[in-house]
Amino acid sequence: MWEQIRSNKRRSVTLVILIAFILVVLGFVIGEAMQPGAGPFGVAVAVLIWIIMSLVAYFQGDNILLAVSGAQEIEKKDHPQLFNVVEEMTIASGVGAMPRVYILNDMALNAFATGRNPKKSAVAVTAGLLGRLKRDELQGVIAHEMSHVVNRDVLFMTMVGVMLGSIVMISEIFLRGLRFGAGSSRRYRSERGGGQGQAIMMLVAVVLAILAPMIAQLIYLAISRRREYLADANAAVLTRYPEGLASALEAIAGDDHVLEHANKVTAPMFIANPFAKAGRFAAGLTSTHPPIDERIRILRSIGGSVSFQQYDAAWRTVRGRERGVVPSSALAQETAQPVRPASEEGEQDKRQRMREAGDLLRKVNQFIFLPCACGLTLKLPPDFKKDKVSCPRCHKELEVPVAQLATAAQLGELMAGQTQPPLRVAAPRVSQGPAAAGLQITRQGNQWQSFRCSCGNVLHLSPNDIDPEVTCPSCGQKTTIVSR
Amino acid sequence: MTPMLVLLAILVLLVIWVIGIYNGLVGLRNQVKNAWAQIDVQLKRRHDLIPNLIETVKGYMVHERQTLENVTKARNLAAQASGVAQQSQAEGNLNRALGQFFVVVEAYPDLKANQNFLALQEELTSTENKIGFARQFYNDQVMQFNNKIQMFPSNIIAGAFSFQASEFFETEDAAEREAPKVSFS
Repeated sequence: MWEQIRSNKRRSVTLVILIAFILVVLGFVIGEAMQPGAGPFGVAVAVLIWIIMSLVAYFQGDNILLAVSGAQEIEKKDHPQLFNVVEEMTIASGVGAMPRVYILNDMALNAFATGRNPKKSAVAVTAGLLGRLKRDELQGVIAHEMSHVVNRDVLFMTMVGVMLGSIVMISEIFLRGLRFGAGSSRRYRSERGGGQGQAIMMLVAVVLAILAPMIAQLIYLAISRRREYLADANAAVLTRYPEGLASALEAIAGDDHVLEHANKVTAPMFIANPFAKAGRFAAGLTSTHPPIDERIRILRSIGGSVSFQQYDAAWRTVRGRERGVVPSSALAQETAQPVRPASEEGEQDKRQRMREAGDLLRKVNQFIFLPCACGLTLKLPPDFKKDKVSCPRCHKELEVPVAQLATAAQLGELMAGQTQPPLRVAAPRVSQGPAAAGLQITRQGNQWQSFRCSCGNVLHLSPNDIDPEVTCPSCGQKTTIVSR
Repeated sequence: MTPMLVLLAILVLLVIWVIGIYNGLVGLRNQVKNAWAQIDVQLKRRHDLIPNLIETVKGYMVHERQTLENVTKARNLAAQASGVAQQSQAEGNLNRALGQFFVVVEAYPDLKANQNFLALQEELTSTENKIGFARQFYNDQVMQFNNKIQMFPSNIIAGAFSFQASEFFETEDAAEREAPKVSFS
């Protein structure tokens, strides 16, 4: 694995130099075309644009990406299975630091990873993915994403993407400037007698400004596709179970939803091209991802034992090429490991899994959960302002429960169901005093449940909460949970 | 004068080369240690989960005292074991005891409705997986380290500074290679 990083680094450096060269030449030619002798100045401007964009991408890239995609961070108790799977892959890849986990408010099936190094990374999955995939499949997807992190693909693709962005930007500015300022600049130049050389330079600049973004983009896409294959190979080796990722990709390919929050820059970060419609993949030069059915076929023809060698062999067979995709240094000194059997997961009801993913989404979107005595759970949107709501099934009046003082609850002074406004006490931070001063709430079954803290903040209890108390994030008060 | 300089240069290069190999070996050895620590963390976590599990199911499984005692005993032995070889054997025994336990659990549908049990089930399944993955990573590291120690020319330096090859973490028979499959369906 470490070998592969090293080889990736070398290859990456070559490609970066190539794109940087395009950037510099573009800057020079445009500079010369604007005014003879201004070439170096053009280079300086191009490099400056690139440096500024790179710095922003390096330090804020992950946050920008997460914000643009509308990702919301979740905790372990919100979805223990997802967290455990991420932790398993963190251990398998030997990264040492657990990535942050995000959920995307989207029913499409997709996932991405971000972060400039393994110590500071994040993985995000869509709610649709959580709802649809089995544990083994989820593991395959997360392994693919962790591979992107371990191989530094995220950093590399961001940096190359920024360079590409700079080239596009400079070309665009130049071509537009040309269109608007054409008349005046020509007159200006003819007065000074720019001559033939100037005209040729102008022509070269125009051609280059049109071609450079395309060439850079093709290089970028080629790198992106290659890295997808490598991440697939790495995922197969990490999980020792290629079928997991293969059937996950199959599910993704068969899905019709289109991811709402993706754009061209973020596309290579996702596990599958967010723009391609199911089944209609162009295998051409213009895609960030290899055709998905090909990826599935490669994974499925790996056979009984898994290693980079096996993946490489499968890749060559499926694609009918002589040279493989895995760098030779990663192929050396590596023994094939037997594929593990599928985990005998109790086949969870599909609707149940979908409902859990939906509830998780509602939780991160601050919905209020009210379990009714008749067994129905009401899910109120965050902008629901009324204090009471009637249950649509049994017509019982429900209100958002308020955490009560333990002593009061014991005395029976404040009964549940009794009309009572939320206590907006200027909450004195409960010191380490006796628990008698604490607040408490009664737990109703094992679903999501919401209640108001005495400061007015709405808190959520997850189905997996087995802690005896929760702490309000806004006022710091602890509430004891009493099971019924 | 010149031959002396050439000799000196060769000597300096040699020393640099030895330092490089030595540092590489130390780095690998530390990676092995670190990988082992990872397994240890997960094994401890499993040892911590088992008493909770027994506590949760005790009420439901009054007629299965023997099975529960077996699990507890195997768990205690595994918690006391030290050294790679002894530990892998004790963990193998624990795996078998747990395997039996989960076969017995099948007969108690009530348990599956218990929220505590369900949470413990996911935790235990995942801990088994984590042990498996930590072992996988550890064995990869051990192989890299051992290769370095045994292959020429790094074996000379490894011998000179007495680097010891590390043991693989294996469960004793092939059927037990995988962490036990925890099935609750």
